[in-house]
Amino acid sequence: MSSHFVEVQGLAKRYPSPGGAQALTVFENANFGINKGEFVCIIGHSGCGKSTILNILAGLDEASDGVVIMNGKEVSGPSLERGVVFQNYSLLPWRSTLKNITFAVQARWPGWSRDQVVEHSMKFLELVGLKGVEQRKPSQLSGGMRQRVSIARAFATQPQLLLMDEPFGALDALTRGMIQEELIKIWEETHQTVFMITHDVDEAILLSDRILLMTNGPQARVAESVQVSIPRPRSRTDIIHHPAYYKIRNHLVDFLVNRSKELSGSAQRQDFSAVDSTHPAVVDPGTAAETAPTITYRQAAG
Amino acid sequence: MHKSLSFRAAVVSLVLLTLFLGIWEGLNSAVKDKAPLSEYELLMGGASQEARVPPPSDVFRLAMEELGNPFYDAGPNDKGIGIQLGYSLYRVLTGFFLAALIALPIGFLVGMSPLMHKALNPFIQVLRPISPLAWMPLALFIIKDSETSAIFVIFICSIWPMLINTAFGVANVRQDWVNVARTHELGPLQTAFQVILPAAAPTILTGMRISIGIAWLVIVAAEMLVGGTGIGYYVWNEWNNLDLASVIFSIVMIGMVGMLLDIALGSISRLVEYEE
Repeated sequence: MSSHFVEVQGLAKRYPSPGGAQALTVFENANFGINKGEFVCIIGHSGCGKSTILNILAGLDEASDGVVIMNGKEVSGPSLERGVVFQNYSLLPWRSTLKNITFAVQARWPGWSRDQVVEHSMKFLELVGLKGVEQRKPSQLSGGMRQRVSIARAFATQPQLLLMDEPFGALDALTRGMIQEELIKIWEETHQTVFMITHDVDEAILLSDRILLMTNGPQARVAESVQVSIPRPRSRTDIIHHPAYYKIRNHLVDFLVNRSKELSGSAQRQDFSAVDSTHPAVVDPGTAAETAPTITYRQAAG
Repeated sequence: MHKSLSFRAAVVSLVLLTLFLGIWEGLNSAVKDKAPLSEYELLMGGASQEARVPPPSDVFRLAMEELGNPFYDAGPNDKGIGIQLGYSLYRVLTGFFLAALIALPIGFLVGMSPLMHKALNPFIQVLRPISPLAWMPLALFIIKDSETSAIFVIFICSIWPMLINTAFGVANVRQDWVNVARTHELGPLQTAFQVILPAAAPTILTGMRISIGIAWLVIVAAEMLVGGTGIGYYVWNEWNNLDLASVIFSIVMIGMVGMLLDIALGSISRLVEYEE
């Protein structure tokens, strides 16, 4: 499986519980890969450890078990090769919009001249439609604009892997829709490898090539990998008319409502340990016959 | 409406001030003995022996006189108010900046390192509540110079609010911003200066503002003890001279200078403030 650009193997996070010797396992045996240029979303209920997985990928958190290998090298500690867009934007409020980006660009390419840095930063600000507000402080921008700055900052550093932690979670539906379209546009241009957390099933289908589904925590795991077989370029308005859209959507919703619970926790542990190091079952509800039960598609990808 | 609010506030302030000064003036200058002198008074030479607080008009007259020539120097016990305030300001600022020099780096260290926080916290907690004047005898013995001892007392009282606020500000920089520094591979120095310092700056400046306020409170008492020069010494000296008008005048001046110091620090902290 080393053919994947990013390879996550046997990842687990456990917290020592106060007093007791039994550690709390948030998730374990997480195995999946991300290909170069692929847009992967991960969905799961709160508490299943999605954010922890993302933080481990970013190098901000440490796994209790398992490794993350990117480009043949083990991930340890944060790096400019892995850009992060945080849910709460994480802009430095004492810096202007432009300086929030030049700061990152400067860190990425320390040898660049001042003009080069500004020019490069402005290019990405324009890409997210923020030309003209570059001198404003983040507090003078709306939530949507702030998240655009954050996205521009991440894309401007051109990381090999972009990690997004529920980037649109705090935005209203209209703004979210607009920024999703912008994100698609930028992604089409750059073919940036993206790993994104979301709670929004429609958002996941619109944006991703593949959707990873996690069972409920504790002892959560990555149970399925759902192919989104809808051709690109996609747009919010057209995608819902594609025949595969509702098949995929129903599959995801069914997983989140019913199966994420059934598959979760210690009840499944024995069964689970048998397929320990394999990747999650690959499912393609979009191209499947409508009547076929889901279980037919389950197969080990390893 | 904004303008009218400040205008109305100014009117109320003026009315209150006039009322206060009027009552004070009325209570203290209206004592005019019209009755025939008693036997005792005759024995005492006829003068009113009752010491009275001088009325504001007297204080005002003295203030005009003193402020008209604030820098005269007619010997050790007769210097202008400007010179006395200058000495006090010199001591306060020297002690304050020396304290900042020590408190800011140590505060940074305590804020960044949980180990240093735990290790240094007991010392800070014991040293902080000590009245700065309690250090005076020890300072005089070790330093053997009253001027430097006064500066030391200012130093020791300014250090704690700055140290504690710096440590608090640094320790409570939002993890998101630290993560931004980490994901951009900033080194420890870059992180300190580009992220932590600007993030903690408003809290640090608040600590400095508290410090300078306390230092100005303490300098008066310290100078009463060490004597020689300074506004504290001036107050005590005029008390010994039983010149209450000068005492009241210097009290007002202490208030004015303290306010100016606070305004100065306040405007500096406005420069580093940010809105989230």
